[in-house]
Amino acid sequence: MADRSPPFIGRSLKPHKSVRFLTGKGIYVGDIRLPNMLHAALARSIHAHARIHSINADKALALDGVVGVWTGREIERRISAFPESFEIHPVAWLEGVKPILRGPRPTALAHAKVHYVGEPVAIALAEDRHKAEDAVDAVEIEYGELPAVIAPDEALKPGATLVHEEAKDNIVFSFSIAKGDVDPAMSGAPHTLRERFRHHRYCAAPLECRGVVAWVEPKTNVLTVWSSTQMPHLVRRQIAAQLNLAEETVRVIAPDIGGGFGPKVFVYPEEILVAFLALQLRRPIKWIEDRREHFLSTAHGRDQIHDVEIAFGGDGRVLAFRDRFLLDNGAYNPMGLTDAYNTAAHLQGPYKIPNFAVTGTCVSTNKVPNAPYRGAGRPEAVFVMERCMDRIAGHLGLDPAEVRRRNFVQPEEMPYRAGILYRDGEPVCYDSGNFPETLARALDAAQYGKLREQQQELRRSGRYVGVGIGCYVEGTGVGSFEGAKVRIDASGRVIVATGATGHGQGHETIFAQIASDLWGVTPDEVLLVEGDTSAIPFGCGTFGSRSTVNVGSALVEASGRLKEKILRLAAHLLEANPDDLEFGGGKVFVRGLPQRAVSFSELARAAAPGWASKMPDGLEPGLEATFYFVPPTVTWSNAAHVAVVEVDVQTGGIKLLDYVVSHDAGRLINPLLVDGQIHGGVAQGIGAALYEEIVYDLNGQLLAGGFLNYLLPGAMEVPKIKTVHLESPSPLNSLGIKGLGEGGAIAPPAAIANALADALASFEVRVNEIPLTPDRVLEILARKEVDFKAPAV
Amino acid sequence: MTEKHAVELTVNGKHYEGSVDARLSLADFLRDHLGLTGTHLGCEQGICGSCTVIFDGDTVRSCLLLAVQANGGTVVTVEGLSKDGERLHPIQQGFVERLGFQCGFCTPGFLMTIYELINQNPSPSEAEIRERLSGNLCRCTGYQNIVAAVLWAAERLRAHNEEISPL
Repeated sequence: MADRSPPFIGRSLKPHKSVRFLTGKGIYVGDIRLPNMLHAALARSIHAHARIHSINADKALALDGVVGVWTGREIERRISAFPESFEIHPVAWLEGVKPILRGPRPTALAHAKVHYVGEPVAIALAEDRHKAEDAVDAVEIEYGELPAVIAPDEALKPGATLVHEEAKDNIVFSFSIAKGDVDPAMSGAPHTLRERFRHHRYCAAPLECRGVVAWVEPKTNVLTVWSSTQMPHLVRRQIAAQLNLAEETVRVIAPDIGGGFGPKVFVYPEEILVAFLALQLRRPIKWIEDRREHFLSTAHGRDQIHDVEIAFGGDGRVLAFRDRFLLDNGAYNPMGLTDAYNTAAHLQGPYKIPNFAVTGTCVSTNKVPNAPYRGAGRPEAVFVMERCMDRIAGHLGLDPAEVRRRNFVQPEEMPYRAGILYRDGEPVCYDSGNFPETLARALDAAQYGKLREQQQELRRSGRYVGVGIGCYVEGTGVGSFEGAKVRIDASGRVIVATGATGHGQGHETIFAQIASDLWGVTPDEVLLVEGDTSAIPFGCGTFGSRSTVNVGSALVEASGRLKEKILRLAAHLLEANPDDLEFGGGKVFVRGLPQRAVSFSELARAAAPGWASKMPDGLEPGLEATFYFVPPTVTWSNAAHVAVVEVDVQTGGIKLLDYVVSHDAGRLINPLLVDGQIHGGVAQGIGAALYEEIVYDLNGQLLAGGFLNYLLPGAMEVPKIKTVHLESPSPLNSLGIKGLGEGGAIAPPAAIANALADALASFEVRVNEIPLTPDRVLEILARKEVDFKAPAV
Repeated sequence: MTEKHAVELTVNGKHYEGSVDARLSLADFLRDHLGLTGTHLGCEQGICGSCTVIFDGDTVRSCLLLAVQANGGTVVTVEGLSKDGERLHPIQQGFVERLGFQCGFCTPGFLMTIYELINQNPSPSEAEIRERLSGNLCRCTGYQNIVAAVLWAAERLRAHNEEISPL
């Protein structure tokens, strides 16, 4: 580090604190080995929908090294049900939106019926993983197949097979929100368009699959669970609740996590099962998901069908917007209406839409559960609205950028109330930003004007190059809370504990930068403790672009409280007035007299209880303060993406020629790490737009079961991404920061689909669904016009 | 599956002997028998490249090679990349300088692939780097900073006339 003095916020500090990942010394859950450990493997349903007639484990139990096999019947009364998924929603939102909520609750192992290919049916334990898998292969399960519900619109038809027989239909959740009066605005408008958009199902695919190790420590009887999770405190709460334990006797550790991106934000059956068996057998138990299982059992994402009507004037200004959409929920949805409502809350985007109505319906099907994945409902919304913007431009013969400029919320209108509630129950209110400037910088960086000229020339020579824009706003830093426990110990270091738990974002660096500035120390002197429920009593976790906002803000407040105490102690030791003291260089000193100082180490020793204590009367021992930050509501980041593509109309192949992101996430803590987050998000969005698709056949068999037929973009597919930044500070927290972890993934489907439509403008095609694989591009070219289908709901 | 097979390997310069099932992969042998957990398993189908190690001088997918097939061979894993296990190899240093990693899970496989690349071509172009990296998947970085890390390391090695091979 060239410059070792504060401020550190705003500087591209390098990831020196994370070099363990470069030397093979990171410890992921799969790397944990304990003495006498048993290995688990799961028998999973091979049918999308079937009754379980019988399970016979005799042959499995006879195998060498097999310790046991457990089925749903055996554990039925010993593991409580999973909680209702809609318990995660705040009361203010439930009362404001009044959604229909009928979440079916999964069981740790299927009982009478299986609901998707991959649902856990039995768990086997053996001396090693191979033997556990041999045991699973030897378990005989007799099924009676039932018709599978695959298409969400079919699932809604009268008489459709019910995924959950206790329900009266396949609707799991439903809600409607509106502002203004859509009907008259729609019927009186000069122009209206109707479109059906489909955002396909795909998945997060972190390079590390899930995994759990559980062990009851014999002396303390504490059940310690290591899990590849984004939410260790939630895992602890749910294990304790479902196994009827005191939370105090359960410790959950998220070790190094090989990527999360959303599907590791809730509790899976395996986390409960492995903990349960560790308690039963009093032996360490390990289960590591393999990639095939990952596709069959870890939540997928997206999967929405939108039927949209949009009304606008001759100038391109939107007058009214209506959207009725279906979300294919799969068999369960552990996160309630998170995705569906996020979609609704982000549909208006950066635009002023006076009349707006959305109905969202989540439908049960016999597929893997659908849950939040990087963007969590936002990419779907942005795909819909940004395609609409381009459709308006095409309809009126206007430039797509100009249509956006005419509809933007203007900087002088900030803070701007969008007229609906956010999922935290507060009104959607864009707190700061300059949307026209964000777009202008993106267009500059992409050399938009020049591209438009070149495009015409290229088209004359038979080359189809297109430019597409994707603008969005993103509610970030959602509650309900996150905490920071700040402590100074006898080493003199500043120790920060939090319930957030990073998985590649660079928390060690970012929080050290913030703490360094608050305490006047270098980042080397800050120690971050996270991913361990024993480090701080309460925690939410890392998801939803929330950790920097929530932990950073908690860190400011907790540090302020601890500093007050330290000033009183230091004033006592230095025989000075607290108002005359300053922090700097790991010390407290008298202003103007740096030699009259007391170091953090001396202060920590003076604050210890007992004979060595030098605490003045009235101060409790120890230098520690905890603060749980509850954000007033989300803070809104915004961005504009520009994609430039070339299409081969013979093969349907799309090549990305350029990709630009203009991004505003308030004040930046570390631009290097910020760009890293954006690059990775964009790469995932490119995967969504062009390559990745979870495909089921008509019987509910998953056809994408590994990286051979589920294509992640590689180094040849992801172009160099240009980033430019605006920094509109958030007024909602003292650091002026906003969240950005998800942002990169939100707009690529929209920008790339718009670029394809632009490239193929002369063919008058509609690009209303993704991914834009060569096959689909050829199909779009062959079909040209897609007939509007009747609204699904 | 009860018959065991003797395996002898040199890994990161150390001699190891083991007795394994025929079906045990080299990756599992390295991880479970030798405790070298820096080699990661991301797909066990030979696609993601997280398990890449150097076997008798060439990169291999250690998830697709059986331990018995590796018998008698020489293996270098990520743990053997830095000379003393502490000071970073220039390739590793490039990942720090250019933020070539985030969650770190795919990183060991990338490092071994890059090691082989720079060994064969000390001045790779960006296109050559991307082509070589196309056999390794990363879900966090979008590859851009990994490419930049390779360019940094190659330049450092050329500038200091450093021999790449401590292996």
